Amino acid sequence: MTDVVATNETILVVGGGVSGMTTALEAAEAGKQVILVEKRPYVGGRITQLYKYFPKLCFPTCGLEINQRRTKQNPNVTVLTMAEVTSLTGSEGNYSATVKISPRYVNENCTACGACEDAVEAEFDNEYNYGLDKHKGAYRPHRMAYPERYVIDPAMIGTADADKAKAACKFDAINLEMQEETVELKVGAVVYATGWRPYDANKIQPYGYDRYKNVITSVEFERMNDPMGPTGGKILRPSDGKEAKDIAFIQCAGSRDRNYLKHCSRICCMATLKQTTYATDADAKSTVYYIDIRAIDRFEDFYQKVQKDENVKFIKSKVANITEDRETGNPILNGVDTEGYNRYATPHELVVLAVGMEPSLDASTLPEGISINEHGFIENDGTNGGIFAAGCASDALDVNRAVQSATACALKAIQVVNRVAGSEG
Amino acid sequence: MADELLMGAYICKGCGIGDRLDCGRLETTATRDGKAKFAKSHDFLCSAEGVAMIQADIDAGETNHLIIGACSRRAKVEAFNFQNVTLSRANLREGVIWVRPDTDDARETTQEMADDYIRMACAESKFMKLPKGSGEQPLNKNILVVGGGITGMTAAIEASKAGYPAFIIEKSGQLGGVMAQLNKRVATKSPYAEPEDTTVDALIAAVEADSKITVHLNATVTKTSGAPGRFSVDISTESGATTNLSIGAIVQASGMKQYDANQLTEFAYDKSDNVVTQLELEAMAKAANGGPIKRKDGKEVNSVVFVQCAGQRSDKEGHLPYCSGFCCTASIKQAMYFKDQNPGVDTVIMYDDLRTPGAGGEDFYRSGQKKGVIFTKSSVSTIDASGADLTINFHDKILNEDQSMSADLVVLATGQVPNSGPDPYAVPMELEDDASAEDKQAAADAHEVAIGVDSILNLDYRQGTDLPHLKHGFTDSHFICFPYETRRTGIYSAGPVRRPMDSMQASVDATGAAMKAILEIESAAKGAAAHPRSGDLSFPSFRIEGCTQCKRCTVECPFGAINEDAKGYPQYNESRCRRCGTCMGACPVRVISFENYSVDSIGQQIKNVDIPEEFDEKPRILVLACENDAYPALDMAAQNKLEYSAFARIVPVRCLGSVNTIWLTDALNSGYDGVILMGCQKGDDYQCHFVKGSEMAHYRMSKIADTLKTLNLEEERVATYEVAITDVERTAQLINDMAETVEKIGMSPFKF
Repeated sequence: MTDVVATNETILVVGGGVSGMTTALEAAEAGKQVILVEKRPYVGGRITQLYKYFPKLCFPTCGLEINQRRTKQNPNVTVLTMAEVTSLTGSEGNYSATVKISPRYVNENCTACGACEDAVEAEFDNEYNYGLDKHKGAYRPHRMAYPERYVIDPAMIGTADADKAKAACKFDAINLEMQEETVELKVGAVVYATGWRPYDANKIQPYGYDRYKNVITSVEFERMNDPMGPTGGKILRPSDGKEAKDIAFIQCAGSRDRNYLKHCSRICCMATLKQTTYATDADAKSTVYYIDIRAIDRFEDFYQKVQKDENVKFIKSKVANITEDRETGNPILNGVDTEGYNRYATPHELVVLAVGMEPSLDASTLPEGISINEHGFIENDGTNGGIFAAGCASDALDVNRAVQSATACALKAIQVVNRVAGSEG
Repeated sequence: MADELLMGAYICKGCGIGDRLDCGRLETTATRDGKAKFAKSHDFLCSAEGVAMIQADIDAGETNHLIIGACSRRAKVEAFNFQNVTLSRANLREGVIWVRPDTDDARETTQEMADDYIRMACAESKFMKLPKGSGEQPLNKNILVVGGGITGMTAAIEASKAGYPAFIIEKSGQLGGVMAQLNKRVATKSPYAEPEDTTVDALIAAVEADSKITVHLNATVTKTSGAPGRFSVDISTESGATTNLSIGAIVQASGMKQYDANQLTEFAYDKSDNVVTQLELEAMAKAANGGPIKRKDGKEVNSVVFVQCAGQRSDKEGHLPYCSGFCCTASIKQAMYFKDQNPGVDTVIMYDDLRTPGAGGEDFYRSGQKKGVIFTKSSVSTIDASGADLTINFHDKILNEDQSMSADLVVLATGQVPNSGPDPYAVPMELEDDASAEDKQAAADAHEVAIGVDSILNLDYRQGTDLPHLKHGFTDSHFICFPYETRRTGIYSAGPVRRPMDSMQASVDATGAAMKAILEIESAAKGAAAHPRSGDLSFPSFRIEGCTQCKRCTVECPFGAINEDAKGYPQYNESRCRRCGTCMGACPVRVISFENYSVDSIGQQIKNVDIPEEFDEKPRILVLACENDAYPALDMAAQNKLEYSAFARIVPVRCLGSVNTIWLTDALNSGYDGVILMGCQKGDDYQCHFVKGSEMAHYRMSKIADTLKTLNLEEERVATYEVAITDVERTAQLINDMAETVEKIGMSPFKF
């Protein structure tokens, strides 16, 4: 059984991505008790799937290492992975949360030695790489995954492979009988840091993501460029495995559009500018189809730098649709270049859809009366009692702004539990 | 028993360590060579039972210095978390068995590797003390907030709500800052369709009603000395009165000023009253008080053109290279002022890229379109103010042709300039050690002239009076993951002085900065370090009798933590220190140390590696690796079962900046055949969280060539690399490259 101590002076953080970790760590380092609930088997969220950050082109795992070290060292933070808040009731200073914990089938005895992985043969789609490759039935989701513990894919339970995994473990860390459990927590303040998911590109029918192999999403492209990713860092066309040398990026794919996401996700322009540097590094040419390039504030420097790159071309146009040249597998982009109103039908070897951020929040788990706007983000408007939204649960934000927001939420939550404790002043 | 050194070594046999290594021999190595009081092996040390065994020994007073030979120090941290003892980890799993082949040939060298890591951990343990915190500062909950605009007021209110008293220092005679000059603000709430109240009045009322907030108007900070938890701040008013405040941490919310539109002569701002800035239009809208907005000459405005990015996003001399981030929505809001009063007014926004991000931005943009605001993608070349009305000459980018139109009024979106103090590093502070006092003063004077702005904080710090700038005058952090990673511990900037932002972001930012100020107050009271070594209780101390007052530590500290006393001795300010050890690396006479990290705690590890005789042909390669990036990369290389030379001995360091050259000269003198330093990326896009650590190490190593020459050793024996945490294969490769180099140039002649 999972044993968790919580009181109405405890802060519950829902979501263990960079925002949730930040809220949890800031509050915990200031002396508060924090429970961090994360749906995935590991913390870090979507930044673990990014190869580089804009505009510095540094590596997200560097900051992740620091935040994981802070987590490991701090007894004030309790991390529950594979856990989801299924309901939350109550009011400021006095909430009850129901947390469902899915079985990992691996307990804390695990030393991450990897013997179980070596023992099994079954493979499953690797969500971490957006299905671009497979992982074994016993796996560590990524090299820095924390908690540093393996996971048994539930689909393997009941198979001979599962028994092999169990037999291979010398530390009695694999428990195939593990069941889903439910934990009730009493907490004083709740910070939702539930983050985002990439908008489902299948819905953008004119772009044919579901029909054309060489039309991929920006998040898939990001995994491809990671040297430890599914293609070993090479930009390979899904249709024929050849290196793509002529890449088109379509901005606002499904964003700023009444038919799909109405909002602008803020990060996609910068993410594409960053991804053109990957292309340039791989001796490929980039063409960016855009409505407005939103390289806000000092990110402008980065835009100017990319504009100077001869390998990158910008076309102001919302691409109308994509067709395919069957022979070459090249997607053909059709539309009008609005600067001068010229029609085009241009083939490219690979098309990357800069898909927007959709909030991952499941509003049904929240108490009544919480301010959630039509885009699905929680608004911190001062009327939500002891519930606060950090990072992309509050708006489409880049990492830097998400962390600002998460730091602010730590203080809002501390204010609540300090009031409960009567320790003001 | 307090200070008695009781070293206990524990060897884990799990994860294949017991199969691959002779653990009995490791125990002997620990007790015989490492001088541990005892050594024990366990089949599964991180299990509840293993941990209980260690805890029982601690409780029984058997040991207070633990040596754990098991996995990497990054693994099983929670299991091996024992109180009131020191802990040294010998990395036998990721550092030895996972990087070596399981073959008979390799067995001997693999075992030697493990033996060395046990000796090294014992040596470290012997020279480590349990850090206790200095107790240098008390719990001081007062927060100084410099600036009384919405950022400052929000920071003060949020801090107060958590129980921390705030002191707002405002230069002008009233609170409210730039926001108080606005008519309305951009929508912050769903459905993001209409301009909203600025909330300034409500904030001022909240500040005034709050007994924990003290406001000093017409006041500036004339001196800030001390450190987090014990800042002493002089506040002076125009009348000359000075108050002294005792402060725990500081939020700098000094805000922004409007870009000087007089520089935009092409837009005739200097020639016509009918060309105004956004801020001037706010005043006109306020004066109109819901009625038609009138020009200075009294004419009602029937047509208005907004010129976006005026003097911004431009590489022209005197222009702002950046985007101010708020002007697009601000112009939409201002166009609404006209449209809401009279839908017949023509409002045209001329833009290049319209930047209205997030959920609210795009809704607000659509609302503007619905109200009939015209958006034209164009670039304005000139504005002709010679006639009664204005003529705007522009290139329409959609039609791809030059056009002109007339308007009653033109509004320039000129953007924001940060109100930051002088950048301590604007002019390189290259003062040679032997420079005369006059030269130093002259350099300092030139520095001030070059900067030409008033100090905001007047820090009494060895390294300048204010927060360092990141770029374009903004005092932002350099780190994506850590926007509040300040270079002056305990001082956090927020709002548009930190980076360009709108009022909604500034409020969030103010709350975030208040959180960091509170965290620093709590940490300083415990004697604990701030991010990124949060919680570290060790602090630097120095032996005054050995100090030569060379000032390297005071100059090289990346956080300006060290001052100099009247005699030129360093004055450490523990709560300003981030525990990177750059001072320790800098010190030529090696008098600086931390309780658990010192010239000896690393130096003795290096010395305790067994150096085989030359004819054994078993070279030794010392690897000093940054603990945050290179060391994890090496761990991951091990996870991926990449092999590297059995002759490497890896020592994690807090930062490459802490590497003292004595470690290298000692290593080379005692027969190491090669030395590799692995630090973070340096330069403009540096990734070192201690700012200059990697850069300092590269610089210091460039000087080591002389030492090598004196020793008659080849230059290739020392290599310094910039390594990222993702360089998994490369780190292993760099070690193998050095092994190859050594094979090529031969063994060191300095074996004893």
